[in-house]
Parts: sequence; C-alpha cells; structure tokens
Amino acid sequence: MTNLAILIPVALLLGAAGLAAFLWALRSGQYEDLDGAAERVLYDDETRPLPPADDEPAHPHRD
Amino acid sequence: MSCCAPGTEAALDRAAALTAGPSPEEVRLASRDLGDGLRQTDLSVPGIHCGACIQAIESALARLDGVVHARVNLSSRRVSVRWRGDAPPPIVPAINALGYEAHLDDGAGEARDETLAELIRAVAVSGFAAGNIMLLSVSVWSGAQDATRDLFHWISALIAVPALVFAGRIFYRSAFQALRHGRMNMDVPIALGVSLAYGLSLYETINHGQHAYFDAAVSLLFFLLIGRTLDHVMRERTRVAVSGLARLAPRGALVLGDDGTRSYLPLGEIEPGMRLMIAAGERIPVDGRVVAGSSELDCALVTGESAPQPIARDGAVRAGTLNLTGPLTVEAEAAAKDSFLAEMLRLMEAAEGGRARYRRIADRASALYSPVVHLTALLTFAGWMVASGGDWHQSLTIAIAVLIITCPCALGLAVPIVQVVAARRLFESGIMVKDGSAMERLAEIDTVVFDKTGTLTLGAPRPVGLDAVKPRVRALTAAIAAHSRHPLSQALAAAAPAGVPAPAFSSVREVPGYGVEAEQDGIVYRLGRAEWAAPDDPAARDGTVLARDGMALARFDFEDRLRRDARTAVETLQAEGLAIELISGDREEAVRSAGAALAIDAATARALPGDKASRLDSLARQGHRALMVGDGLNDAPALAAAHVSMAPATAADIGRNAADFVFLRESLYAVPQALDIARRAGRLVRQNFALAIGYNVIAVPIAVLGHVTPLIAAVAMSLSSLIVVANAMRLRPARAPQRAAAADSRAEGVAPGRLATAP
Repeated sequence: MTNLAILIPVALLLGAAGLAAFLWALRSGQYEDLDGAAERVLYDDETRPLPPADDEPAHPHRD
Repeated sequence: MSCCAPGTEAALDRAAALTAGPSPEEVRLASRDLGDGLRQTDLSVPGIHCGACIQAIESALARLDGVVHARVNLSSRRVSVRWRGDAPPPIVPAINALGYEAHLDDGAGEARDETLAELIRAVAVSGFAAGNIMLLSVSVWSGAQDATRDLFHWISALIAVPALVFAGRIFYRSAFQALRHGRMNMDVPIALGVSLAYGLSLYETINHGQHAYFDAAVSLLFFLLIGRTLDHVMRERTRVAVSGLARLAPRGALVLGDDGTRSYLPLGEIEPGMRLMIAAGERIPVDGRVVAGSSELDCALVTGESAPQPIARDGAVRAGTLNLTGPLTVEAEAAAKDSFLAEMLRLMEAAEGGRARYRRIADRASALYSPVVHLTALLTFAGWMVASGGDWHQSLTIAIAVLIITCPCALGLAVPIVQVVAARRLFESGIMVKDGSAMERLAEIDTVVFDKTGTLTLGAPRPVGLDAVKPRVRALTAAIAAHSRHPLSQALAAAAPAGVPAPAFSSVREVPGYGVEAEQDGIVYRLGRAEWAAPDDPAARDGTVLARDGMALARFDFEDRLRRDARTAVETLQAEGLAIELISGDREEAVRSAGAALAIDAATARALPGDKASRLDSLARQGHRALMVGDGLNDAPALAAAHVSMAPATAADIGRNAADFVFLRESLYAVPQALDIARRAGRLVRQNFALAIGYNVIAVPIAVLGHVTPLIAAVAMSLSSLIVVANAMRLRPARAPQRAAAADSRAEGVAPGRLATAP
C-alpha cells in the first residue's frame, strides 16, 4: 500500500503534466499549421507561429 | 497534403484573368486593426503547396517596406501579413510577382474557432481521465480487493468529476436544448447513461460495492468527443476552404466627389446619386446608370447570358456584372442593400426549402432508439423487482447496467465517422461539403437541375473553325488579341498557333465596346466588331473579324465551351436513372445547343431567378427530390430552394454560400462523383446502424439477465465502437474519369456501370 501512495500521485501528476503541455501547445498556436510545420523543419530560419491577435503585438523579427 | 489538389488553380484561372487585383484602398479596407498602428491583412493563396513556397513568399514579403511580420499557413493556404503605415505595402503584387495568385480573405479575419478549441480541450481532458481510470480499473479487474479496490474506486470517482463537468457539458447542453424544445436527439440517452453510470458507481463506491462503471462513463465521453471533433474539423475545413475562394462581390468603390476628389468607400456607404469610377476588370458594386464611358459587361454570373453585353452612356448596369474593356463612370441608383444582390437574398429567404424540413438520420434513429432503450430498462427493473421479491437495490443496479451497456456509443459514432471519412474522400477530389446532412440529402435525389452558363459550360467562349485560317493570320490575331481583357480576345490569344513568331506592332490601343486596333509599318489592323473593324468591306456585316485597313482578313465564330467531362457527367447521371433538366437565363438558341450537345431534353431558356426557384418548388411539391447545380447570382434562390445544391468554385459568393457542396476543379464529373460517395456513405451508415443494433441484440439480454460486469461493459462498448469506425474506413476514394482519354470522354468508358457496382 505504501508504494501505491507514491505511485498513484506520481502517475496522475505525469498525466496532468502531459495534459497541461498539450493545452499550452494548443493555445500558443502550434496546431494551427501542421503541414507547414512539417516543411519548416527543413529550413534553417528561426520562425515561430503568429501570436494570437489579441495578445501584445508581435515583436518584429524579420530575418 | 502537399500538391493534394491539382486543378484547383485551373478552375479559378478564368476568374483571375478577367479580374483586376484589389486596389490599395480595398486592401486597407479589408485589413484588421490590431492597435498601435499595426494592421493585419489575410490573404488566400491557393497555389501554396510546399516548403519552398513558404520560404519564397515569406522572404519576399519581409523585404517590403512597412511589413512587420509575414506568416504562411501551408495547411489552409493562407498568408497573414502584419504591417504599419498609412498605405498598405504592395502585398498582392509582390505575391503575384512570384507567380502565385492571391486574393483578400475575410474568413481568416474572424475570431479563432472557439467551438473547436472547446472540443479539443474536452477531448484532452476526457482522454486524460479515461486513461487514468482505465489504468485503475484494470487493477480492480485483475483482482484488487477490499480497501485497495475502494481506494481505486474513490480515485476514479475523483478523476471522473472534471471529465464529466468539462467534457460532459457538451452533451448535457445539447440534450437539454433538445428536451426543452420537445425533441429527442442522440445526446439525451448519452447524457442520461453517463449520469446514471456515474451516480450508480458513486453509490457502489460509498457502500464498498464490487462494481463501478467510472471507466465506462468516461471512455464513452472520450470516444464520442473524438467523433464529434472530427465532424467539426471537417465542417470547419470546408468553411475555411470556401471562404478562401476569390471574392467576387466588390468590397467598395472609388467615389468621385463633386469637387473632383476621389475616395474609396466601402459598399455599405455608397448611396444613390454618387458617381463611381469602375475600371476595366472591376465588378459593378451597385445598380446604376452609366454617365460616361463605354465598355462591355460580362453578365454571366448575374443573368446567365454568355455573350458580353455592350454598354454605353445612359445604359443601366446591375450590381455584380463585370466591366470588361473600358473604364466607366456610373451613377449609383440604389444602395447596396437595395441592389440586385439584395433582391436575390430576399428570394433565397423565401425559398428556404428542403433542408429546413429535413431531419437527419441520426436524429430519426435516436427518436426510435431512446424510447426502446428506456422502456427496456424500465421493464428490466420491474421484472427484477418481481423476480427478486422487491430487492430494489439489485433491480436498480441491473436496470442501470442495461442503460449503460445500451448507451449508444456505436450509434453515436455510426453516422459522424462515416460522414467524416466521406468528406475526406470528397475533399481529396476537390469537393467541399458543408455538413453531413447535405450528404444524406444528396443520396436521396431523383432529379438533377443544371444551370447552363458557368455550370454546364465554362462561360468562356472558344473560337471554332480556326483551322481554316492561315497560321500567319492566326498569329497576328493572337498577338493583337493579347492586348485586351475581352473574353473573345482572351480566347483568340489562347489559340495562338505554335511555332509562328508573334509580330511586333508600333502601337496598340483598345477601343472599348468595339475592339483592338494595332499599327504595324503604317498598316492598321483592327480586331473586333465587323462594322467597326471593316467598315469598307460589304461582305463583313456582323460577327468578329480581323481587318487590314478596313478590309476583312478573317472572320471568327465562337461557341461556349462545355465544362470538362460535362457529357460524361450527364450520361453517368442519366444511367443512374436520374431525370436531368436544364434551366438557364441565357438566350433560346444557346440553351438549345447546349441541351442538344448533352442530350438533355428538358431545357428552359430565359428563366428569371424567380422562375428557377419556383421550378424547384414545384418539383418538390410533386414529391421529387432535386439537386440544383448552379453558379450565378440568379441561381442563388434556386440553390436555396432545392433539396440539395452544388456550385462550382467560380460561382458568385452568395451562390457558394447557399450551396451544400462546392467543387473546386473544372471537371463536372464532381457531380456524379459526389453522388456516388454520398450514396456509398449512406449504405455504410445503414450498415453501421445494423452493427450497432446487432451489438445491442447480443448485449441487452446479457444485461437484462444481470450478468454485466464493468469489464464486460468496457470490452463490449470499445469493441462495438472500433467495429463501427473500421467499417467507416472502408469508404474508398471514388474513381474519376481517366485524364489520358479526355479528348473523347465518350470513348473512355467511364462506365456508369462501374460506379453502380462499386463496393
């Protein structure tokens, strides 16, 4: 029983961490363009998804 | 996904060739203000298909002055550009210079899809809960006893709470809505089953019972939410794809002030009496009267007339027509809301026909299913009360087990999963479907009504009998014609003979309403109306001629070109036993010749928009279910009145919005293809229902007899869902006619029979 008391919270915590990571990725626009992401990995430029319009304006990074 | 839709661009080429790009004022008007002087413009660029496109467009746009950020979305083929400054940077010309077509996109400007975000969050939460509860349940099934079992049940109960509240509310909301309106939908038994399963399990847990159904309740939500999310993604993808098509209605117009100033006003602010400047290649924004200039109008989208109409001073112009050759100044006679377009919208509202009355198959099934299930559970309870001599706890437990095991997991997936797979297949063929009910309605049709101009034909003329003209003269004609936007000129320019060098001219000018005049070494060539081009030639009185110094060199005749595979499509539909009709606003002889070419007997010419809609109404009253295929503004009321409707991508905006299906490619074979997929999807849906019912026939007796344990429930429900999903995947892509033999589509044997016997 004692090892269960550790293992179950750990299992739940890991699951919750995965859930949180997924929700964060969703919110930050990483699922907006899956085909594009697959192509962009082939190019060197450092690019990131367009931040949502209601957030603060994008930092200019044109290169 | 890359290169997945070849031909998408080809179908739109004609529209692009005739229409001028958006003016800077229009770009500014269509952009969104993000605050801080920053504006965002969204463009749809259908030609984007690979990583190199992303690189080329993003780096070209980033070099423009004023552009802060440019981002290509490969999945939706869109470009978002953020810029600063008073005038927008030349975004569209920059993209055009790279060889891509681009048009302003309003669809992407809307707020993000909140429903999808909610659905995905719900899937994530219920997936997390289902996984963890299942983990604990497996331990219980494999023999966890007493305190350990109780502990696991309690943890499961806790994990299930957020899933039920967060993911379950989607079903509760929908079930509540249905019940409040006195209707029944699939969500009512789902919501009831899940709630009862949770309540019973909680009761069992408190009383140290052996069986808890937390896993069943939560994994049911998880599976159903996956189906629902896929369904939503499918509809959203269609909406985005359709909204990304080139907008044909203008956003505004250049208004000429009394003091000679010019300002670009949005459509809503144009009032009667204002004078508007309409350049060649622009669409007329509102009904009005020409006060200066002469030109020709392409009315194909508005009235269905295929031949361009000459227009001069005092001529009346209708909103939506395309100004072809010369600049016009038009005095507005009606505001946009009172123009031709608005009249069409009123007709459409009046026509809202078949689809409002149609009840989806899933709703009909659940209306039958729910009473049966609930009655069975009630009878089980009564039966066990009698059999066990009034042991209400045992009777209730078994009755609830019946409800849980019959909870329509497979039934809830049976329809959406098939429709998602079918929509995917249609999408691969360049056909967009608005929702699943459209597919169900399409499978029922017995009549197909076609519009002519722009639907059966391309609305683009093609010169005939060119072989009789010498190659040198054809090259000369093509070189002159290349200087005009007029559809006849474009057709002649496209028919330039290969291998003959194009002659050079010292000057070329277009005379709006008449033709093109070119000068070469003192010789004046004129290409255009006979009476203007060859006034000295008594033999040339009408038609289109090429003349040298007033004497005709060659005369050109044109015919409207049939859409690719039009004949195959019509033959296939006829072979399926469908009645075919043709109803057009065009002239008698043009309609008759198109009808003859396609072997359509029932052809009506000179139909007004109201006539088309009332024809579909009368078909519906006679008990027919008609598919309307049309593209024009004048077809929009008929598209709304039809049982189900289809429009090509080149259709007018409101036509595309009214239609249930939009096909992107040029080939008319999309119509039989969509019908084929819809019918096979209908068969698979019925098979899935049969599977779901078969599952219940086996599972319900076990439940009624009281032998269901949580393990059996979990296995049975997952298995039945998987079988239903696997069955849906059997929907294979429909076969399109082979392109190799496209020259004679009759000979290729696209076999109506093959479609009919497809698996």
